[in-house]
Amino acid sequence: MYEKNGEKYFVVDSHMHYWNAAPDNWVEGAEQYARGWIECFHAYQGLGPPETHWTIEHFQKYSEDDLMKDVFEDGYVDVAIFQPTYLTEWYKEGFNTTERNATMGERHPGKFIYNTRWDPRDGEDGLKSLRHNVERYRSRGVKLYTAEWRQGSRGWTLKDPEAYRYLEACQELGIKNIHAHKGPTIWPLDKDAFDVSDVDHAATDFPGLNFIVEHVGLPRIEDFCFLATQEPNVYAGLSVVIGGLMHARPKFFAKVMGELLFWVGEDKMTFGSDYGIWEPKWQVEGLVDWDYPDEEEFSDYPRVSTASKKKILGLNAARLYDIEVPPECRLATGEGTPAAQDAAQGVSSA
Amino acid sequence: MSASVTGGSRILAALEAVRDPELDEPITSLGFVTSCTVSLDGDAQVRLRLPTYFCAPNFAFLMVADAYDAVSVVEGVRSAEVVLEDHFAAAAVNSGVAARAGFARSFDGEAVGELHELRADFLRKAVMAGTDQVCRPLLAAGSDPLALVAMTLGELPASRELERLRQRRAELGLPAGDSAPLLIEPSTGAPVRDDAVPLHLRRARTTRVSIEANTGICRGMLRHRYGTRGLGEEDQ
Repeated sequence: MYEKNGEKYFVVDSHMHYWNAAPDNWVEGAEQYARGWIECFHAYQGLGPPETHWTIEHFQKYSEDDLMKDVFEDGYVDVAIFQPTYLTEWYKEGFNTTERNATMGERHPGKFIYNTRWDPRDGEDGLKSLRHNVERYRSRGVKLYTAEWRQGSRGWTLKDPEAYRYLEACQELGIKNIHAHKGPTIWPLDKDAFDVSDVDHAATDFPGLNFIVEHVGLPRIEDFCFLATQEPNVYAGLSVVIGGLMHARPKFFAKVMGELLFWVGEDKMTFGSDYGIWEPKWQVEGLVDWDYPDEEEFSDYPRVSTASKKKILGLNAARLYDIEVPPECRLATGEGTPAAQDAAQGVSSA
Repeated sequence: MSASVTGGSRILAALEAVRDPELDEPITSLGFVTSCTVSLDGDAQVRLRLPTYFCAPNFAFLMVADAYDAVSVVEGVRSAEVVLEDHFAAAAVNSGVAARAGFARSFDGEAVGELHELRADFLRKAVMAGTDQVCRPLLAAGSDPLALVAMTLGELPASRELERLRQRRAELGLPAGDSAPLLIEPSTGAPVRDDAVPLHLRRARTTRVSIEANTGICRGMLRHRYGTRGLGEEDQ
Protein backbone atom coordinates (compact mmCIF):
# COMPACT_ATOMS: atom_id res chain seq x y z
CA MET A 1 0.00 0.00 0.00
CA TYR A 2 1.14 3.53 -0.75
CA GLU A 3 0.10 6.45 1.38
CA LYS A 4 0.36 10.09 0.44
CA ASN A 5 -1.41 13.16 1.82
CA GLY A 6 -3.64 10.94 3.91
CA GLU A 7 -4.83 8.94 0.89
CA LYS A 8 -4.25 5.19 0.82
CA TYR A 9 -3.56 3.48 -2.48
CA PHE A 10 -3.95 -0.28 -2.76
CA VAL A 11 -1.38 -1.39 -5.35
CA VAL A 12 -1.77 -4.36 -7.67
CA ASP A 13 1.17 -4.87 -9.98
CA SER A 14 -0.64 -6.66 -12.76
CA HIS A 15 2.31 -7.29 -15.04
CA MET A 16 5.67 -8.38 -13.64
CA HIS A 17 8.30 -11.10 -14.01
CA TYR A 18 10.86 -13.24 -12.23
CA TRP A 19 13.33 -14.31 -14.90
CA ASN A 20 16.67 -15.95 -15.31
CA ALA A 21 18.40 -14.65 -18.41
CA ALA A 22 21.96 -15.28 -17.22
CA PRO A 23 24.41 -17.22 -19.40
CA ASP A 24 23.84 -20.41 -17.35
CA ASN A 25 20.33 -20.52 -18.81
CA TRP A 26 21.21 -19.81 -22.45
CA VAL A 27 20.50 -22.54 -25.00
CA GLU A 28 23.60 -23.67 -26.81
CA GLY A 29 23.62 -22.28 -30.34
CA ALA A 30 21.08 -19.57 -29.47
CA GLU A 31 23.34 -17.51 -27.25
CA GLN A 32 23.18 -14.43 -29.46
CA TYR A 33 19.38 -14.34 -29.19
CA ALA A 34 19.35 -14.96 -25.46
CA ARG A 35 21.90 -12.22 -24.96
CA GLY A 36 20.24 -9.86 -27.45
CA TRP A 37 16.86 -10.29 -25.80
CA ILE A 38 18.00 -9.42 -22.30
CA GLU A 39 20.16 -6.56 -23.53
CA CYS A 40 17.12 -5.19 -25.33
CA PHE A 41 15.10 -5.37 -22.10
CA HIS A 42 17.99 -3.73 -20.28
CA ALA A 43 17.88 -0.82 -22.71
CA TYR A 44 14.23 -0.29 -21.77
CA GLN A 45 15.34 0.06 -18.15
CA GLY A 46 17.50 2.94 -19.37
CA LEU A 47 14.28 4.93 -19.86
CA GLY A 48 13.69 4.99 -16.09
CA PRO A 49 15.41 7.32 -13.59
CA PRO A 50 19.21 6.81 -13.49
CA GLU A 51 19.25 5.89 -9.80
CA THR A 52 17.04 2.87 -10.60
CA HIS A 53 19.33 1.41 -13.27
CA TRP A 54 20.94 -1.99 -12.65
CA THR A 55 24.12 -3.51 -14.00
CA ILE A 56 23.53 -5.98 -16.83
CA GLU A 57 24.74 -8.81 -14.58
CA HIS A 58 22.16 -8.00 -11.93
CA PHE A 59 19.53 -7.48 -14.61
CA GLN A 60 20.16 -10.89 -16.12
CA LYS A 61 19.38 -12.67 -12.89
CA TYR A 62 17.95 -11.03 -9.80
CA SER A 63 17.25 -12.98 -6.68
CA GLU A 64 14.08 -13.78 -4.79
CA ASP A 65 15.24 -11.40 -2.05
CA ASP A 66 15.79 -8.63 -4.59
CA LEU A 67 12.29 -9.08 -5.95
CA MET A 68 10.62 -9.18 -2.54
CA LYS A 69 12.46 -6.00 -1.51
CA ASP A 70 11.99 -4.07 -4.77
CA VAL A 71 8.37 -4.99 -5.31
CA PHE A 72 6.83 -5.34 -1.84
CA GLU A 73 9.11 -3.74 0.74
CA ASP A 74 10.18 -0.67 -1.26
CA GLY A 75 7.69 -0.77 -4.13
CA TYR A 76 4.37 -0.51 -2.21
CA VAL A 77 2.85 -3.46 -4.08
CA ASP A 78 0.15 -5.40 -2.22
CA VAL A 79 -0.45 -8.17 -4.75
CA ALA A 80 1.68 -8.95 -7.80
CA ILE A 81 0.55 -10.86 -10.86
CA PHE A 82 3.19 -12.95 -12.56
CA GLN A 83 2.98 -12.97 -16.34
CA PRO A 84 5.03 -15.82 -17.79
CA THR A 85 7.20 -15.60 -20.88
CA TYR A 86 8.52 -18.97 -21.97
CA LEU A 87 11.05 -18.39 -24.78
CA THR A 88 12.33 -21.93 -24.30
CA GLU A 89 14.04 -21.87 -27.70
CA TRP A 90 16.57 -19.42 -26.24
CA TYR A 91 16.52 -20.14 -22.50
CA LYS A 92 17.00 -23.69 -21.25
CA GLU A 93 14.53 -23.49 -18.41
CA GLY A 94 12.50 -20.80 -20.07
CA PHE A 95 12.72 -17.07 -19.47
CA ASN A 96 10.11 -17.02 -16.73
CA THR A 97 7.70 -19.90 -16.73
CA THR A 98 4.56 -20.37 -14.64
CA GLU A 99 6.42 -23.04 -12.72
CA ARG A 100 9.45 -20.90 -11.93
CA ASN A 101 7.23 -18.05 -10.81
CA ALA A 102 5.09 -20.29 -8.62
CA THR A 103 8.00 -22.15 -7.06
CA MET A 104 9.25 -18.85 -5.77
CA GLY A 105 5.89 -17.30 -5.04
CA GLU A 106 4.62 -20.18 -2.96
CA ARG A 107 7.09 -19.23 -0.25
CA HIS A 108 5.18 -15.96 0.13
CA PRO A 109 1.51 -16.81 0.53
CA GLY A 110 -0.99 -14.19 -0.51
CA LYS A 111 1.52 -12.02 -2.34
CA PHE A 112 1.29 -13.44 -5.85
CA ILE A 113 -1.13 -14.56 -8.52
CA TYR A 114 0.32 -16.96 -11.07
CA ASN A 115 -0.93 -16.44 -14.55
CA THR A 116 -0.18 -19.08 -17.10
CA ARG A 117 -0.12 -19.13 -20.89
CA TRP A 118 -1.30 -21.07 -23.90
CA ASP A 119 -0.66 -21.26 -27.59
CA PRO A 120 -3.40 -22.69 -29.85
CA ARG A 121 -0.74 -24.38 -31.98
CA ASP A 122 -0.15 -26.81 -29.10
CA GLY A 123 -3.48 -28.54 -29.78
CA GLU A 124 -4.72 -31.16 -27.31
CA ASP A 125 -1.46 -31.27 -25.36
CA GLY A 126 -1.69 -27.54 -24.76
CA LEU A 127 -5.23 -27.87 -23.42
CA LYS A 128 -4.00 -30.55 -21.05
CA SER A 129 -1.17 -28.34 -19.80
CA LEU A 130 -3.59 -25.48 -19.36
CA ARG A 131 -5.88 -27.63 -17.22
CA HIS A 132 -2.92 -28.84 -15.21
CA ASN A 133 -1.62 -25.32 -14.61
CA VAL A 134 -5.01 -24.01 -13.56
CA GLU A 135 -5.39 -26.89 -11.12
CA ARG A 136 -1.82 -26.75 -9.81
CA TYR A 137 -1.30 -22.97 -9.65
CA ARG A 138 -4.91 -21.80 -9.52
CA SER A 139 -4.24 -19.49 -12.46
CA ARG A 140 -6.99 -16.99 -13.17
CA GLY A 141 -5.37 -15.29 -16.08
CA VAL A 142 -3.16 -16.01 -19.07
CA LYS A 143 -0.54 -14.09 -20.98
CA LEU A 144 -0.63 -14.64 -24.72
CA TYR A 145 1.93 -13.82 -27.41
CA THR A 146 0.08 -13.92 -30.71
CA ALA A 147 3.09 -12.81 -32.72
CA GLU A 148 5.32 -15.66 -31.61
CA TRP A 149 6.97 -17.28 -34.60
CA ARG A 150 7.45 -20.99 -34.29
CA GLN A 151 8.58 -23.83 -36.50
CA GLY A 152 7.37 -22.35 -39.73
CA SER A 153 4.24 -20.84 -38.24
CA ARG A 154 4.31 -17.07 -38.40
CA GLY A 155 2.18 -16.32 -35.39
CA TRP A 156 -1.54 -16.75 -34.78
CA THR A 157 -4.55 -14.63 -34.02
CA LEU A 158 -7.15 -14.64 -31.30
CA LYS A 159 -9.87 -15.16 -33.89
CA ASP A 160 -8.46 -18.47 -35.14
CA PRO A 161 -10.87 -21.40 -34.49
CA GLU A 162 -8.09 -23.13 -32.55
CA ALA A 163 -7.76 -20.09 -30.31
CA TYR A 164 -11.52 -20.14 -29.71
CA ARG A 165 -11.20 -23.66 -28.32
CA TYR A 166 -8.73 -22.35 -25.79
CA LEU A 167 -10.88 -19.36 -24.96
CA GLU A 168 -13.79 -21.73 -24.38
CA ALA A 169 -11.53 -23.81 -22.13
CA CYS A 170 -10.63 -20.65 -20.22
CA GLN A 171 -14.29 -19.92 -19.56
CA GLU A 172 -14.85 -23.46 -18.42
CA LEU A 173 -11.81 -23.46 -16.12
CA GLY A 174 -12.61 -20.14 -14.49
CA ILE A 175 -9.91 -18.10 -16.19
CA LYS A 176 -11.34 -14.62 -16.57
CA ASN A 177 -8.46 -12.48 -17.70
CA ILE A 178 -6.76 -12.73 -21.05
CA HIS A 179 -3.63 -10.56 -21.21
CA ALA A 180 -2.66 -10.19 -24.86
CA HIS A 181 0.82 -8.91 -25.62
CA LYS A 182 0.27 -6.25 -28.24
CA GLY A 183 3.45 -4.30 -28.19
CA PRO A 184 6.96 -4.36 -29.52
CA THR A 185 7.56 -7.68 -31.31
CA ILE A 186 10.07 -9.37 -33.56
CA TRP A 187 8.03 -11.81 -35.59
CA PRO A 188 6.21 -12.51 -37.81
CA LEU A 189 8.33 -10.76 -40.31
CA ASP A 190 6.11 -9.75 -43.16
CA LYS A 191 2.84 -9.36 -41.34
CA ASP A 192 1.72 -6.52 -39.23
CA ALA A 193 2.62 -7.98 -35.88
CA PHE A 194 0.99 -5.16 -33.99
CA ASP A 195 -2.46 -5.70 -35.39
CA VAL A 196 -5.03 -5.62 -32.60
CA SER A 197 -8.15 -6.38 -34.64
CA ASP A 198 -8.21 -10.01 -33.51
CA VAL A 199 -8.88 -8.85 -29.95
CA ASP A 200 -11.99 -7.14 -31.27
CA HIS A 201 -13.45 -10.40 -32.58
CA ALA A 202 -12.63 -12.44 -29.51
CA ALA A 203 -13.87 -9.78 -27.10
CA THR A 204 -17.21 -9.63 -28.91
CA ASP A 205 -17.63 -13.39 -28.96
CA PHE A 206 -16.48 -13.91 -25.35
CA PRO A 207 -18.21 -11.19 -23.36
CA GLY A 208 -17.57 -13.08 -20.13
CA LEU A 209 -13.79 -12.76 -20.49
CA ASN A 210 -11.73 -9.62 -19.93
CA PHE A 211 -9.12 -8.77 -22.53
CA ILE A 212 -6.24 -6.74 -21.16
CA VAL A 213 -4.12 -5.42 -24.00
CA GLU A 214 -0.63 -5.14 -22.57
CA HIS A 215 1.55 -2.25 -23.67
CA VAL A 216 -1.65 -0.76 -25.18
CA GLY A 217 -0.70 -1.87 -28.66
CA LEU A 218 2.49 0.19 -28.79
CA PRO A 219 3.49 1.34 -31.36
CA ARG A 220 -0.11 1.34 -32.49
CA ILE A 221 -1.87 3.00 -29.59
CA GLU A 222 -4.46 4.57 -31.88
CA ASP A 223 -5.63 1.21 -33.22
CA PHE A 224 -5.95 -0.07 -29.70
CA CYS A 225 -7.91 3.00 -28.62
CA PHE A 226 -10.37 2.73 -31.48
CA LEU A 227 -10.90 -0.92 -30.64
CA ALA A 228 -11.23 -0.46 -26.89
CA THR A 229 -13.84 2.18 -27.30
CA GLN A 230 -16.13 -0.36 -28.93
CA GLU A 231 -15.65 -3.31 -26.62
CA PRO A 232 -16.79 -3.11 -23.01
CA ASN A 233 -14.51 -5.96 -21.92
CA VAL A 234 -11.23 -4.61 -23.31
CA TYR A 235 -8.75 -3.03 -20.88
CA ALA A 236 -5.49 -1.11 -21.21
CA GLY A 237 -2.46 -2.69 -19.55
CA LEU A 238 -0.12 0.19 -18.74
CA SER A 239 3.11 -1.79 -18.58
CA VAL A 240 5.76 0.06 -20.62
CA VAL A 241 3.54 3.15 -20.81
CA ILE A 242 4.46 4.31 -17.31
CA GLY A 243 7.92 2.76 -17.17
CA GLY A 244 8.98 3.79 -20.64
CA LEU A 245 7.52 7.27 -20.87
CA MET A 246 6.73 8.86 -17.51
CA HIS A 247 10.35 9.67 -16.67
CA ALA A 248 11.99 9.73 -20.10
CA ARG A 249 9.30 11.57 -22.06
CA PRO A 250 6.93 13.27 -19.61
CA LYS A 251 5.07 15.25 -22.26
CA PHE A 252 4.39 12.22 -24.41
CA PHE A 253 3.43 10.32 -21.29
CA ALA A 254 0.85 12.98 -20.51
CA LYS A 255 -0.53 12.80 -24.03
CA VAL A 256 -0.72 9.02 -24.06
CA MET A 257 -2.44 9.04 -20.68
CA GLY A 258 -4.82 11.70 -21.96
CA GLU A 259 -5.68 9.62 -24.99
CA LEU A 260 -6.20 6.48 -22.92
CA LEU A 261 -8.31 8.31 -20.38
CA PHE A 262 -10.41 9.72 -23.21
CA TRP A 263 -10.92 6.58 -25.28
CA VAL A 264 -10.63 3.80 -22.72
CA GLY A 265 -11.39 5.51 -19.42
CA GLU A 266 -9.94 5.37 -15.92
CA ASP A 267 -12.01 2.33 -14.97
CA LYS A 268 -10.25 0.21 -17.56
CA MET A 269 -6.59 1.04 -17.14
CA THR A 270 -4.37 -1.24 -15.07
CA PHE A 271 -0.93 -0.58 -13.61
CA GLY A 272 1.87 -3.03 -14.38
CA SER A 273 5.48 -2.25 -13.49
CA ASP A 274 7.01 -4.76 -15.88
CA TYR A 275 9.49 -5.59 -13.10
CA GLY A 276 12.41 -6.45 -13.46
CA ILE A 277 12.53 -3.99 -16.36
CA TRP A 278 11.49 -1.21 -13.99
CA GLU A 279 11.05 -1.11 -10.23
CA PRO A 280 7.53 -0.24 -9.11
CA LYS A 281 8.58 2.31 -6.44
CA TRP A 282 9.25 5.29 -8.69
CA GLN A 283 6.34 4.40 -10.95
CA VAL A 284 3.82 4.33 -8.10
CA GLU A 285 5.16 7.51 -6.51
CA GLY A 286 5.31 9.24 -9.89
CA LEU A 287 1.82 8.29 -10.94
CA VAL A 288 0.31 9.48 -7.66
CA ASP A 289 2.09 12.84 -8.10
CA TRP A 290 1.33 13.07 -11.80
CA ASP A 291 -0.89 15.57 -13.53
CA TYR A 292 -0.94 17.12 -17.00
CA PRO A 293 1.44 19.98 -17.74
CA ASP A 294 -0.35 23.29 -17.39
CA GLU A 295 -0.51 23.98 -21.12
CA GLU A 296 -3.26 24.51 -23.61
CA GLU A 297 -2.70 21.34 -25.61
CA PHE A 298 -3.55 19.23 -22.55
CA SER A 299 -6.55 21.23 -21.50
CA ASP A 300 -9.26 19.11 -23.11
CA TYR A 301 -8.10 15.71 -21.89
CA PRO A 302 -10.18 14.11 -19.12
CA ARG A 303 -9.02 15.23 -15.68
CA VAL A 304 -7.44 12.80 -13.23
CA SER A 305 -8.43 12.66 -9.60
CA THR A 306 -7.18 10.75 -6.57
CA ALA A 307 -9.93 8.23 -7.26
CA SER A 308 -8.70 7.81 -10.87
CA LYS A 309 -5.23 6.96 -9.62
CA LYS A 310 -6.55 4.55 -7.00
CA LYS A 311 -8.40 2.68 -9.71
CA ILE A 312 -5.45 2.58 -12.07
CA LEU A 313 -2.90 1.56 -9.44
CA GLY A 314 -4.88 -1.27 -7.97
CA LEU A 315 -8.63 -1.18 -7.65
CA ASN A 316 -9.36 -2.04 -11.29
CA ALA A 317 -7.06 -5.06 -11.29
CA ALA A 318 -8.31 -6.10 -7.84
CA ARG A 319 -11.79 -6.21 -9.30
CA LEU A 320 -10.71 -8.24 -12.33
CA TYR A 321 -8.91 -10.75 -10.09
CA ASP A 322 -11.35 -10.74 -7.15
CA ILE A 323 -8.67 -9.49 -4.77
CA GLU A 324 -9.97 -8.34 -1.40
CA VAL A 325 -9.25 -4.64 -0.88
CA PRO A 326 -8.91 -3.36 2.72
CA PRO A 327 -11.80 -1.02 3.57
CA GLU A 328 -9.54 2.02 4.06
CA CYS A 329 -8.33 1.72 0.46
CA ARG A 330 -11.71 1.46 -1.21
CA LEU A 331 -13.44 4.30 -2.98
CA ALA A 332 -15.96 6.37 -1.14
CA THR A 333 -19.56 6.40 -2.27
CA GLY A 334 -19.91 8.45 -5.42
CA GLU A 335 -16.32 7.94 -6.56
CA GLY A 336 -17.27 5.34 -9.12
CA THR A 337 -16.89 1.63 -9.63
CA PRO A 338 -13.50 0.17 -10.50
CA ALA A 339 -13.30 -1.81 -13.73
CA ALA A 340 -16.79 -0.73 -14.73
CA GLN A 341 -17.45 -1.94 -18.24
CA ASP A 342 -19.44 1.00 -19.49
CA ALA A 343 -16.84 3.68 -18.85
CA ALA A 344 -15.16 3.79 -22.21
CA GLN A 345 -15.89 6.59 -24.63
CA GLY A 346 -18.50 5.64 -27.16
CA VAL A 347 -19.20 2.15 -25.84
CA SER A 348 -22.92 2.59 -25.89
CA SER A 349 -23.07 4.15 -29.33
CA ALA A 350 -20.57 1.88 -31.08
CA MET B 1 40.98 4.37 -51.72
CA SER B 2 40.24 7.16 -49.33
CA ALA B 3 37.08 8.60 -47.99
CA SER B 4 36.03 11.91 -49.39
CA VAL B 5 34.39 14.34 -47.02
CA THR B 6 32.59 16.18 -49.79
CA GLY B 7 31.30 12.93 -51.22
CA GLY B 8 30.22 11.76 -47.77
CA SER B 9 28.07 14.79 -47.23
CA ARG B 10 26.34 14.22 -50.57
CA ILE B 11 25.59 10.69 -49.44
CA LEU B 12 24.31 11.98 -46.14
CA ALA B 13 22.07 14.45 -47.96
CA ALA B 14 20.65 11.58 -50.00
CA LEU B 15 20.00 9.60 -46.82
CA GLU B 16 17.90 12.43 -45.45
CA ALA B 17 15.21 11.28 -47.85
CA VAL B 18 15.11 7.81 -46.26
CA ARG B 19 12.61 7.46 -43.47
CA ASP B 20 11.89 5.02 -40.72
CA PRO B 21 8.50 3.93 -42.08
CA GLU B 22 7.08 3.35 -38.63
CA LEU B 23 8.20 6.65 -37.09
CA ASP B 24 7.94 8.74 -40.27
CA GLU B 25 11.23 10.50 -39.56
CA PRO B 26 14.46 10.57 -41.60
CA ILE B 27 16.97 7.93 -40.52
CA THR B 28 19.55 10.71 -40.31
CA SER B 29 17.70 12.86 -37.78
CA LEU B 30 16.84 9.75 -35.75
CA GLY B 31 20.57 9.03 -35.36
CA PHE B 32 20.57 5.72 -37.26
CA VAL B 33 23.46 6.64 -39.60
CA THR B 34 26.91 6.14 -38.08
CA SER B 35 29.10 6.56 -41.13
CA CYS B 36 28.86 7.33 -44.81
CA THR B 37 31.80 7.50 -47.13
CA VAL B 38 32.47 7.44 -50.82
CA SER B 39 35.80 6.60 -52.37
CA LEU B 40 37.37 8.63 -55.18
CA ASP B 41 36.31 5.83 -57.49
CA GLY B 42 32.68 6.21 -56.47
CA ASP B 43 32.23 3.28 -54.08
CA ALA B 44 29.84 4.40 -51.36
CA GLN B 45 29.47 2.76 -47.99
CA VAL B 46 26.86 3.47 -45.34
CA ARG B 47 26.62 2.05 -41.82
CA LEU B 48 23.32 2.00 -40.00
CA ARG B 49 22.32 1.18 -36.43
CA LEU B 50 18.95 0.77 -34.74
CA PRO B 51 17.67 1.28 -31.19
CA THR B 52 17.61 -2.43 -30.31
CA TYR B 53 19.00 -5.77 -31.42
CA PHE B 54 15.44 -6.92 -31.99
CA CYS B 55 13.89 -3.99 -33.86
CA ALA B 56 11.32 -5.36 -36.30
CA PRO B 57 13.23 -6.83 -39.26
CA ASN B 58 10.59 -5.80 -41.76
CA PHE B 59 11.11 -2.11 -41.02
CA ALA B 60 14.86 -2.66 -40.82
CA PHE B 61 14.79 -4.21 -44.28
CA LEU B 62 12.86 -1.28 -45.72
CA MET B 63 15.32 1.23 -44.31
CA VAL B 64 18.38 -0.62 -45.58
CA ALA B 65 16.80 -1.13 -49.01
CA ASP B 66 15.66 2.50 -49.23
CA ALA B 67 19.12 3.69 -48.19
CA TYR B 68 20.67 1.52 -50.87
CA ASP B 69 18.35 2.98 -53.50
CA ALA B 70 18.90 6.55 -52.34
CA VAL B 71 22.69 6.25 -52.34
CA SER B 72 22.86 4.38 -55.63
CA VAL B 73 21.39 7.26 -57.59
CA VAL B 74 23.73 9.91 -56.19
CA GLU B 75 25.77 11.33 -59.04
CA GLY B 76 29.20 9.80 -59.27
CA VAL B 77 28.38 6.74 -57.17
CA ARG B 78 29.51 3.58 -58.92
CA SER B 79 28.56 1.05 -56.26
CA ALA B 80 26.73 1.21 -52.97
CA GLU B 81 26.97 -0.90 -49.86
CA VAL B 82 24.68 -0.45 -46.89
CA VAL B 83 25.52 -2.32 -43.72
CA LEU B 84 23.12 -2.69 -40.82
CA GLU B 85 25.04 -3.43 -37.61
CA ASP B 86 24.24 -5.00 -34.24
CA HIS B 87 20.93 -6.52 -35.29
CA PHE B 88 19.78 -10.12 -35.00
CA ALA B 89 18.79 -10.26 -38.67
CA ALA B 90 21.64 -8.11 -39.99
CA ALA B 91 23.15 -10.85 -42.13
CA ALA B 92 19.88 -11.67 -43.90
CA VAL B 93 18.97 -8.00 -44.37
CA ASN B 94 22.39 -6.90 -45.61
CA SER B 95 22.93 -9.73 -48.04
CA GLY B 96 19.31 -9.61 -49.23
CA VAL B 97 19.50 -5.93 -50.03
CA ALA B 98 22.93 -6.28 -51.66
CA ALA B 99 21.59 -9.05 -53.90
CA ARG B 100 18.41 -7.05 -54.64
CA ALA B 101 16.59 -10.17 -53.51
CA GLY B 102 13.47 -8.58 -52.06
CA PHE B 103 12.16 -9.25 -48.61
CA ALA B 104 10.51 -12.64 -49.04
CA ARG B 105 13.59 -14.19 -50.62
CA SER B 106 15.89 -12.68 -48.03
CA PHE B 107 13.87 -14.35 -45.28
CA ASP B 108 13.16 -17.57 -47.05
CA GLY B 109 10.50 -19.57 -45.27
CA GLU B 110 9.77 -16.86 -42.74
CA ALA B 111 8.00 -14.40 -44.97
CA VAL B 112 5.69 -14.88 -47.91
CA GLY B 113 5.07 -11.36 -49.06
CA GLU B 114 6.78 -8.08 -49.75
CA LEU B 115 6.27 -5.06 -47.59
CA HIS B 116 4.26 -2.68 -49.77
CA GLU B 117 1.08 -3.04 -47.79
CA LEU B 118 2.87 -2.56 -44.48
CA ARG B 119 4.51 0.57 -45.79
CA ALA B 120 1.19 1.87 -47.10
CA ASP B 121 -0.46 1.24 -43.72
CA PHE B 122 2.10 3.36 -41.98
CA LEU B 123 1.94 6.05 -44.65
CA ARG B 124 -1.79 6.31 -43.98
CA LYS B 125 -0.96 6.81 -40.32
CA ALA B 126 1.52 9.50 -41.28
CA VAL B 127 -1.26 11.22 -43.24
CA MET B 128 -3.53 11.13 -40.19
CA ALA B 129 -0.78 12.47 -37.93
CA GLY B 130 0.03 15.15 -40.49
CA THR B 131 -3.63 16.14 -40.59
CA ASP B 132 -3.44 16.88 -36.88
CA GLN B 133 -0.24 18.84 -37.36
CA VAL B 134 -1.80 21.22 -39.86
CA CYS B 135 -5.28 21.39 -38.32
CA ARG B 136 -4.39 22.05 -34.70
CA PRO B 137 -2.97 25.52 -35.29
CA LEU B 138 -6.13 26.41 -37.24
CA LEU B 139 -8.35 25.18 -34.44
CA ALA B 140 -6.23 26.90 -31.81
CA ALA B 141 -6.64 30.13 -33.77
CA GLY B 142 -10.38 29.75 -33.48
CA SER B 143 -11.44 27.92 -36.64
CA ASP B 144 -14.66 25.96 -36.37
CA PRO B 145 -13.91 22.26 -36.98
CA LEU B 146 -16.74 22.12 -39.48
CA ALA B 147 -15.20 24.96 -41.46
CA LEU B 148 -12.23 22.72 -42.17
CA VAL B 149 -14.42 20.52 -44.36
CA ALA B 150 -14.69 23.21 -47.01
CA MET B 151 -10.99 24.05 -46.98
CA THR B 152 -8.47 22.99 -49.58
CA LEU B 153 -4.75 22.46 -49.15
CA GLY B 154 -4.07 25.58 -51.22
CA GLU B 155 -5.87 27.75 -48.68
CA LEU B 156 -3.54 26.80 -45.86
CA PRO B 157 -0.54 28.91 -44.91
CA ALA B 158 2.72 27.41 -46.13
CA SER B 159 4.53 25.32 -43.52
CA ARG B 160 6.90 22.37 -43.24
CA GLU B 161 4.04 20.32 -41.85
CA LEU B 162 1.83 21.08 -44.83
CA GLU B 163 4.60 20.20 -47.26
CA ARG B 164 5.12 16.94 -45.46
CA LEU B 165 1.41 16.13 -45.50
CA ARG B 166 1.26 16.78 -49.24
CA GLN B 167 4.24 14.49 -49.83
CA ARG B 168 2.77 11.64 -47.82
CA ARG B 169 -0.57 11.95 -49.58
CA ALA B 170 1.13 12.01 -52.95
CA GLU B 171 3.11 8.89 -52.10
CA LEU B 172 -0.15 7.09 -51.46
CA GLY B 173 -1.65 8.39 -54.69
CA LEU B 174 -4.07 10.58 -52.76
CA PRO B 175 -4.99 14.10 -53.91
CA ALA B 176 -2.27 16.52 -52.77
CA GLY B 177 -2.63 19.56 -55.01
CA ASP B 178 -3.90 23.02 -54.11
CA SER B 179 -7.51 22.15 -54.91
CA ALA B 180 -7.51 18.93 -52.88
CA PRO B 181 -9.70 18.94 -49.77
CA LEU B 182 -7.87 19.33 -46.48
CA LEU B 183 -9.75 16.48 -44.83
CA ILE B 184 -9.81 13.13 -46.60
CA GLU B 185 -10.02 9.51 -45.57
CA PRO B 186 -6.50 8.17 -46.05
CA SER B 187 -7.73 4.71 -47.01
CA THR B 188 -9.97 5.91 -49.85
CA GLY B 189 -9.13 9.53 -50.56
CA ALA B 190 -12.79 10.45 -50.14
CA PRO B 191 -13.56 13.81 -48.53
CA VAL B 192 -14.62 13.61 -44.89
CA ARG B 193 -18.30 14.32 -44.38
CA ASP B 194 -19.54 16.97 -41.96
CA ASP B 195 -20.82 14.55 -39.38
CA ALA B 196 -17.57 12.59 -39.39
CA VAL B 197 -15.31 15.57 -38.76
CA PRO B 198 -15.05 15.52 -34.94
CA LEU B 199 -14.14 11.83 -34.87
CA HIS B 200 -11.75 12.23 -37.80
CA LEU B 201 -9.86 15.01 -36.04
CA ARG B 202 -9.83 13.07 -32.78
CA ARG B 203 -8.36 10.05 -34.54
CA ALA B 204 -5.78 12.21 -36.26
CA ARG B 205 -4.67 13.52 -32.92
CA THR B 206 -4.44 10.09 -31.32
CA THR B 207 -2.44 8.78 -34.26
CA ARG B 208 0.02 11.62 -33.93
CA VAL B 209 0.41 11.02 -30.19
CA SER B 210 1.02 7.34 -30.83
CA ILE B 211 3.74 7.95 -33.42
CA GLU B 212 5.42 10.65 -31.35
CA ALA B 213 5.41 8.56 -28.18
CA ASN B 214 6.84 5.63 -30.06
CA THR B 215 9.54 7.84 -31.53
CA GLY B 216 10.37 9.05 -28.04
CA ILE B 217 10.87 5.50 -26.83
CA CYS B 218 13.02 4.59 -29.84
CA ARG B 219 15.22 7.66 -29.39
CA GLY B 220 15.66 6.89 -25.70
CA MET B 221 16.60 3.28 -26.40
CA LEU B 222 19.13 4.31 -29.05
CA ARG B 223 20.75 6.78 -26.69
CA HIS B 224 20.96 4.19 -23.95
CA ARG B 225 22.41 1.63 -26.33
CA TYR B 226 25.13 3.75 -27.89
CA GLY B 227 25.56 7.07 -26.14
CA THR B 228 27.02 8.58 -29.33
CA ARG B 229 25.39 10.81 -31.89
CA GLY B 230 24.61 9.64 -35.39
CA LEU B 231 25.47 11.64 -38.51
CA GLY B 232 22.83 14.29 -38.98
CA GLU B 233 21.08 13.37 -35.73
CA GLU B 234 18.71 16.01 -34.47
CA ASP B 235 17.16 16.30 -31.06
CA GLN B 236 13.44 16.12 -31.08
